[in-house]
Amino acid sequence: MTGPELSPRERGGIVRDSLGVGLATGAYGVSFGAVSVAAGLSVAQTCALSLLMFTGASQFALVGVVAAGGAPVSGALTALLLGTRNTLYGLRLAPLLGWSGWRRVVAAHVVIDESTAMSVTRTSTPAARVGFLTTGVSVFVLWNLATLVGAVAGTALGDPRTYGLDAAVGAAFLALLWPRLRDRRNQVVGVLAVAVALGIVPVAPPGVPVLAAAGVALLVGVLTHRPDPTEFPEPPR
Amino acid sequence: MSWTALLLAALGCYLLKLTGLSVPARVIERPVVERVADLIPVALLSALVAVQVFASGHELALDARALGLAVAVVLLLLRAPFLVVVFGGALAAALVRLV
Repeated sequence: MTGPELSPRERGGIVRDSLGVGLATGAYGVSFGAVSVAAGLSVAQTCALSLLMFTGASQFALVGVVAAGGAPVSGALTALLLGTRNTLYGLRLAPLLGWSGWRRVVAAHVVIDESTAMSVTRTSTPAARVGFLTTGVSVFVLWNLATLVGAVAGTALGDPRTYGLDAAVGAAFLALLWPRLRDRRNQVVGVLAVAVALGIVPVAPPGVPVLAAAGVALLVGVLTHRPDPTEFPEPPR
Repeated sequence: MSWTALLLAALGCYLLKLTGLSVPARVIERPVVERVADLIPVALLSALVAVQVFASGHELALDARALGLAVAVVLLLLRAPFLVVVFGGALAAALVRLV
């Protein structure tokens, strides 16, 4: 898909909006950094996750499962399951961005909620590319800087429980989930997932209750037929 | 946390992104696959909230973290930004532990 060239005014508007999203999202890398070292990861591992994994929900999930005493494998599987939604974003973005070769290989790294939200609704390839790149690159830079700041600060603080950082993890997951909860079916899936996870906490090894909850998504996805109106992520506030 | 698990998970997450950009949509894009993939974040994040807040090892627990979550809910209802929600929840839990 191609379209007319962007006017400077149009381009400026997209860049401004995208930088705003980049700034807002990047900043919460501070909370990831702090939560991750509180979970027992080193500063280097925390920064490696933000550099190499670079998809917020998966990163939070990995350290969340490890913090709860789960095996690294459970944490990694949970992170991968959450990462599958980026595949769907990529499917939508590919024809719109129209990149191939090394550009595609590089662009893939910044296929995340925010860059998708800021480009998938554009009507031309130039506009989509500007939104995607500006958002993706600004989030990447700020998210990584903020992660380092949060990790170093978190290490300096000492016992994370004193500062309620263990509670911050739950709050972060809820904030990531919140926009999706406007949909009735998502509410049902959420409640069932909670029931399944808490139901098997007493018997299953740590990390497994969260993975088991993915079964709810499988079951409801197979049994229902309606598309989800909240499917695309909103730009963060 | 082992570096091997960390790096493999990171590589896997990258390949999931690259697959989406590279594979023709018709190979993956089926309604049932889409619905399941779409519901997975909802199910996993809900379970993560529950386990993170109400579990302690193999036991269910109601402690300062629950208050932190309640404060997070109020802040989300007030449309507070992400950082305010996260650190607001933490602050509430920290304060209740002080008293």
